[in-house]
Amino acid sequence: MSNTYQVPTMAQKAAAGEMPEVLFWVGCAGSFDERYQAVTLAFTKILNKVGINFAVLGEEETCTGDPARRAGNEFLFQMQAISNIQVLDGYQIKKIVTACPHCFNTLKNEYPALGGNYEVMHHSQFLQGLIQEGKIVMKGGGTFKGKRITFHDSCYLGRANDVYEAPRDVIKALDMELVEMKRCRSKGLCCGAGGAQMFKEPEKGSKDINVERTEEALQTGAKTIAVGCPFCLTMMADGIKNKDKEKDVQVLDLAELIAKDQGLSG
Amino acid sequence: MSSLPQILFLLVLGAAGFILYKRISYIRKTILLGRPLARNDRPKERWKTMALVAFGQQKMFKRIGPALLHLIIYVSFIVINLEVLEFIIDGLAGTHRIFASALAGFYTLAMNVFELLALGVLISCVAFLVRRNLMNVPRLSSAELKGWPGLDANLILWIEILLMIAILTMNATDQLLAYRGVEGYIPLGGLWISSSIQGLFEGLSSGTLLFLERFAWWFHIIGILGFAIYVTYSKHLHIFLAFPNTWYSNLEPKGKMPNMEVVTQEVKSMLGLQAPPEATDQSEIGRFGAKDVTDLSWVQIMNAFSCTECGRCTAECPASITGKKLSPRKIMMDTRDRAEEISQSKASGKDGNDDGKSLLGDYISQEEINACTSCNACVEACPVNIDPLSIILELRRYTSMEESGSPAQWNAMFQNVETSFAPWKFPPTDRFNWASKLNQEEKKPTNNE
Repeated sequence: MSNTYQVPTMAQKAAAGEMPEVLFWVGCAGSFDERYQAVTLAFTKILNKVGINFAVLGEEETCTGDPARRAGNEFLFQMQAISNIQVLDGYQIKKIVTACPHCFNTLKNEYPALGGNYEVMHHSQFLQGLIQEGKIVMKGGGTFKGKRITFHDSCYLGRANDVYEAPRDVIKALDMELVEMKRCRSKGLCCGAGGAQMFKEPEKGSKDINVERTEEALQTGAKTIAVGCPFCLTMMADGIKNKDKEKDVQVLDLAELIAKDQGLSG
Repeated sequence: MSSLPQILFLLVLGAAGFILYKRISYIRKTILLGRPLARNDRPKERWKTMALVAFGQQKMFKRIGPALLHLIIYVSFIVINLEVLEFIIDGLAGTHRIFASALAGFYTLAMNVFELLALGVLISCVAFLVRRNLMNVPRLSSAELKGWPGLDANLILWIEILLMIAILTMNATDQLLAYRGVEGYIPLGGLWISSSIQGLFEGLSSGTLLFLERFAWWFHIIGILGFAIYVTYSKHLHIFLAFPNTWYSNLEPKGKMPNMEVVTQEVKSMLGLQAPPEATDQSEIGRFGAKDVTDLSWVQIMNAFSCTECGRCTAECPASITGKKLSPRKIMMDTRDRAEEISQSKASGKDGNDDGKSLLGDYISQEEINACTSCNACVEACPVNIDPLSIILELRRYTSMEESGSPAQWNAMFQNVETSFAPWKFPPTDRFNWASKLNQEEKKPTNNE
């Protein structure tokens, strides 16, 4: 039985004396979180379909250190970062794409101070590029045509790195009706998981942040909430469950939307 | 003419200048309690940021209503202060409206512009007073504004109203005196706004008018000097500090946290990548992160002095919106309060920061810093580019690295990263298991396509 899709590792590439065009940094959520694995799979399939020469680190990949750094543990962050840089530089990696804005921010902005210099892209930017180059031609129509969709800005993509248009360009290519939430782009409301909040219970308050954000998303009347971040995906999906809307409203990552359009989803 | 008013004026000006000098030195010293930080790179970009954000008030215009009212006050502040130059020359030289004859028609035009702006300021300040006290704007009525901060905000508006009334009264009475031919007063040929209130003063004797005109003149100039001194005690310092504060903005992407070089040295030596730092270096290593304002950088303390407590940060903060204890504005207010406490204590020869108190603990609680999602909404919202997040993250660094005092779930996460190289407790050998699902799904019957 032949495998339709391939995921070569850097170790395999190096053994074959090959150098991939881009490293797909999967991230911890993309590797372990069952829901986000679907995003990893969708993006991998897209890379396969377009014929991108890519590789992953596989078991050699470890946490970038982002949550440790945001929670104050600079030692642990730097331990992770320096080890990762050794691996990345060992393979002479030049270009990285990741579906996690936290990994994206850390690799792009914080690794250079520790000697790791790479061209880092978020998968929304990568997909935007593929669409612009005509390497992905949207089928449009079908399940998506004219349907309302809203996009939730991830803080680490938006405010942290001023990437607002790439994810929107991806959505626009899908022939869907993009309805913005009241707080969007630079004023977008956080899902509640950034700054290592993903890994602890929220502090005492009157409401959970993801519920506040989900309510805002539901107000747009969109049946699809698009996200570009594993933590946002979890938080928004939990918010939808909290509102008992999981039958009507789905939370999908940009890569999943493209994969569906291209008939690549399982 | 007696030169008594001139002597008096010189004394007032000298005293105000002396007090201001003292206050500015005090503020400078307090800001420099912070750690050194070199932020002089990319000067072109810095001047541009200052021009757009401070001078051009770019970020104010995210909320158009308050932005317009604020713009009127701001423009008036700059323009009307040109008139203060004349006040000072007149005061010292014993002249009256020294520029009037030289500038002739242009002078009248300028006075009319000043009056129009003064009226604009009056209207804006009244609108702000109503908005602050009668309309329920959440960010203007939060708990952290109880007491002095709220009083401070109102006082500034009242002082500005009084100063503007003084200008208009002065012009109205001045022109009445000029029309009556009183010596030294120059008819300016029509000041539209003050002439409309002349009716209030028409019945008064020239002597009373003279007194009123002089009173308004002195009230205005002493008021302005007093205001300048008051500002140094107030949240209103932003009128000056917005400029350096935006010049020293963080120009890096907002998501980037500064690297701790001391930690890098230790980590590299632990990993055997470089020789351990010399023992003598160790003694120079201060605290990791920040417990008190003296652990912060001077820019962070300047941020605190530049804060005018508008609360746009808190209004945008997801933690604050959902009822958590965190308020980025309070972080800045606390930072300034603590910096001033240390500075005053030092000035009076006391313990300074060795008073057993600290920013973290006595002013800002763990609960507050633990609520932050590091989303940068506060940083984005600030009209003068203050960065409350950077302070929160420094406090977290101290908590984690010096006290191991992070929330238990974070400590568990740290442990997972250390042992499983992921924030969740999965065996690292399972990291690539997802790949086995890649071609599995194909075989499953699907109904989505």
